[in-house]
Amino acid sequence: MMTKAKRKRLIYNLITFGLVIAAYLILQNMIDAKAISRSLKGLLVPICAWIVMAVSLNLVIGFSGELSLGHAGFMSIGAYTGAIVSGWFLSAFDMQDPTLRLILAILISGVVAGIFGALIGIPVLRLRGDYLAIVTLAFGEIIRNLVNVLYVGTTDGKLYFSFLNKNLPEGVTMLVDGAKGAVKIKPISTFTIGFALIILTLIIVLNLVNSRAGRAIQATRDNRIAAESMGVSVTKYKMMAFVTAATLAGMAGALYGLNSSTVVPTQFTFNQSINVLVFVVLGGLGNVLGSVISATFLTVLPEILREFADYRMLVYAVVLILVMIFTNNPLIRSMMNRLFGPVRTLLRGKQKKAPGGDAE
Amino acid sequence: MIFLDHLINGLSLGSIYAIIALGYTMVYGIAKMLNFAHGDVIMVGAYIAFCGLQYWGLPPVVAFLVAMVFCTLLGVTIEGLAYRPLRQATSLAVLITAIGMSYLLQNIALMIWGANPKAFPTTFINDTSLHLGQLNISSATLITIMANVVIMVTLTLFTSRTKLGKAMRCVSEDRGAAELMGINVNRTISLTFAIGSALAAIAGVLLCSSYPILQPTTGSMPGIKAFTAAVFGGIGSIPGAMLGGVLLGVIEIFGKAYISTELGDAIVFAVLIVVLLVKPAGLLGKPMREKV
Amino acid sequence: MKKLIALALALVLALTVCTAFADEPITLKIAHIGPTTGAAALYGLATQHGAEIAVDEINAAGGKYRIELINEDDEHNVEKVINAYNAALDAGAQMILGSTTSKPCEAAGAKGYEDRVFFLTPSASSVNVIEDKDNVFQVCFTDPNQGSASAEYIAEHKLGTKIAVIFNNADVYSTGIRDTFVQKCPELGLEIVSEETFTDETTDFTVQVGKAQEAGAEIVFLPMYYTPASLILKTAAAKNYKPIFFGVDGMDGILDVEGFDKSLAEGVMLLTPFVATSEDEKVKSFVAAYQAKFNETPIQFAADAYDGIYILAAAAEKAGITAEMTAEEACDLLIAAILDLSYEGITGSMTWDESGAVTKTPMAATIVNGVYVFED
Repeated sequence: MMTKAKRKRLIYNLITFGLVIAAYLILQNMIDAKAISRSLKGLLVPICAWIVMAVSLNLVIGFSGELSLGHAGFMSIGAYTGAIVSGWFLSAFDMQDPTLRLILAILISGVVAGIFGALIGIPVLRLRGDYLAIVTLAFGEIIRNLVNVLYVGTTDGKLYFSFLNKNLPEGVTMLVDGAKGAVKIKPISTFTIGFALIILTLIIVLNLVNSRAGRAIQATRDNRIAAESMGVSVTKYKMMAFVTAATLAGMAGALYGLNSSTVVPTQFTFNQSINVLVFVVLGGLGNVLGSVISATFLTVLPEILREFADYRMLVYAVVLILVMIFTNNPLIRSMMNRLFGPVRTLLRGKQKKAPGGDAE
Repeated sequence: MIFLDHLINGLSLGSIYAIIALGYTMVYGIAKMLNFAHGDVIMVGAYIAFCGLQYWGLPPVVAFLVAMVFCTLLGVTIEGLAYRPLRQATSLAVLITAIGMSYLLQNIALMIWGANPKAFPTTFINDTSLHLGQLNISSATLITIMANVVIMVTLTLFTSRTKLGKAMRCVSEDRGAAELMGINVNRTISLTFAIGSALAAIAGVLLCSSYPILQPTTGSMPGIKAFTAAVFGGIGSIPGAMLGGVLLGVIEIFGKAYISTELGDAIVFAVLIVVLLVKPAGLLGKPMREKV
Repeated sequence: MKKLIALALALVLALTVCTAFADEPITLKIAHIGPTTGAAALYGLATQHGAEIAVDEINAAGGKYRIELINEDDEHNVEKVINAYNAALDAGAQMILGSTTSKPCEAAGAKGYEDRVFFLTPSASSVNVIEDKDNVFQVCFTDPNQGSASAEYIAEHKLGTKIAVIFNNADVYSTGIRDTFVQKCPELGLEIVSEETFTDETTDFTVQVGKAQEAGAEIVFLPMYYTPASLILKTAAAKNYKPIFFGVDGMDGILDVEGFDKSLAEGVMLLTPFVATSEDEKVKSFVAAYQAKFNETPIQFAADAYDGIYILAAAAEKAGITAEMTAEEACDLLIAAILDLSYEGITGSMTWDESGAVTKTPMAATIVNGVYVFED
């Protein structure tokens, strides 16, 4: 039994990595051969960032079973930290190498977002279900509100922070300018680093899920009381999943922020968290490969629909509703299962269960 | 004096939140779902009332009733088309569908009424102010606060005294058992949506009478705030929604007035977090029982 | 008789030869980028519609250029605007009219700076939009200009000395104007007695207006768009508070909000380069065409975009842009041309310097009996 389950998992992981690597190789070849449209090329780095966001949120929702509605908050912390770190290293240490700067910025952003994740997680994870959802939503909004009145400048290798008022010494180079957001960022993100970040994320998440800790996390999701009575420290493992997800979201944020010349707080609203949630749910809870595919597909979809211009969002909304109904209605689902049954069982990695899902 | 002024403004804003929160909380209590499209039903209600007055030349009361009827039908239709097929699905699937519905309503509104904001007619509620010494209380404020009280009392009576109301409470308590007792669950849920959506129309008209700008996105932020209010008060509880809404409005106004307008929203959400940490089920919510 | 016929024939022949040899109009591909869906759709649709009117006129007039307008939606989002920009270039755009709003324009402009693509933004007024980029030019005023011009106007005309400011601290336009206004006030002997903020989601302004009233402000400065401004006017009326409300160009449009009680705006002053009720012939014909096509009154954004298309056409003519040129080839030629250009449009007469900022004069208007009255 064990070996069969293990083999199945191995195949699933191989398919996941294989698809991501194949996609990277094909796209990189297209870029080298200049056989790629501007639009697609421009989408590559954002897609990488959204994949990391979706996979990390899936860790919280799909595996640990907690509904988090503030994931964009961590992304924003990462994006701002990335912009500050990159700008500061450039001016203070004259670090010209963009790749090194990008990697350092991503790592530091991950750490900072992880620290925030821990600070927020300690109180939040005591709550359950919809209450946890609303508190994470509240944290996301608070972070946005605070970032909106944050001013950061650099001069002579020193960083200056100021809050609410622009009390910075004369002649500083502004890095973060309140409502104007992070300004004058030198865009340094590359597709290759984005790809590397996806691989790193997949390794971390898949390993965590398949480890002792991962089994404990899933046990607390499936039956908290049973897990607790078996001696599993629920809070510890939920915390582990939450902080890991926050760290990864911070890294994705840095990648995303450093892809553009400016970052604004309004990019990381509650709606953005919802978008990531949609990626996760459409891809399948607990299904990492599903998250990768749906994040890619849903980022590209609005661009494909561009010619419909004003009807675009309308179509998107209708598609969303129809997909949810088609994949979740028992009648339609059993019909689909009969049609595509064999394919589905092959692709399905994990059993799915929703947080607090009392249905069925 | 100024303190009183802020208090009244807070009560007025809070009453609007409370009426919206009632819609959230009722649907949550009975269908166990977060109806994210609720905020957008408010917006639709306000637009219909606006059209009634501005284009169809209806008297205010009739326009108001038309909006209520329209929203009731809309709510029932949304429930029947989008939510009912998902009755057996996970709560997350329903949540995503509701979000999709919210986008859909906003974009349809954008298509029909355009992006230009409309000024909601102040004639809807006669725009006179009551002067008490230095205090100015507008009639919209008074009517909002009164409407809130009336709605809460009616709803409480409805759920505790009438047969339909009792059926709603049964479904909320235990859907399976209610079905076994011969209660038509689907009809009860439809009824809940009908009531919630009618309330949304009222909230829409009141919201836009106090803050007379109407856009396709008008409902979203009040919707989120009201949802917070419902959780704050204990989701599923009618007096809880009322209390949560009013408190949230007062905190928002006081936070802005005495701490900082820049951090107004952050203060609201921070208070919410503190309350939930102390009382994890909200102010008036029932603590969850765990079955082993 | 024969002579006459011969003459007529010769004439006809000459004419046909002439038309045969007359230049085929050159097709310019201009991309309009702006938010046509989402919360800022109002502004993006206005610029798109304004641009369409100008394109229709230019194409109907049959001059040297025919314009093909490519419309791309950026959803007022810094990520999506890059997609919109890329899609526009994929569609063969040679120059860009946009983006409508400041932050997206800043992001796309920076990308365009690297790729060498010419940007003329109708309405993105933040300094960051043009700073450090030689390829981005503005039709509208830069925010700091408006801030200092407003302070100077108030001081010069002695409207009052106690000033309250209410501004949107989540909005670049609003904070941009406010920053220089507040900076400028002390040197002109104006005192800021209260300063309050709000955000895009704010619906309740009782606190902000209440504080201004409490502080005894004679003038309330409103650097914002007309949507929140209309709520502030309503709140002030309910509080029976009647200072002078002083607005900026974003305030134009307030009188055309459907259902708006115009008496609330009585006495409001604003500095603006364009008002739709102007008596100017060019403005009148633009407004008429706009109303006929879109069934609504154009706001300043639409006027800026209308001028923008004409400016691009004029710059293209000066630079000798041809249909075959790519955006990259056209960019430097257009930059050189626009620096040399002076254009008389419906939003004033304009010239540009290397910074990308426009020089034009704002006009002060007061709302009296529901219409704008100009003073000079």
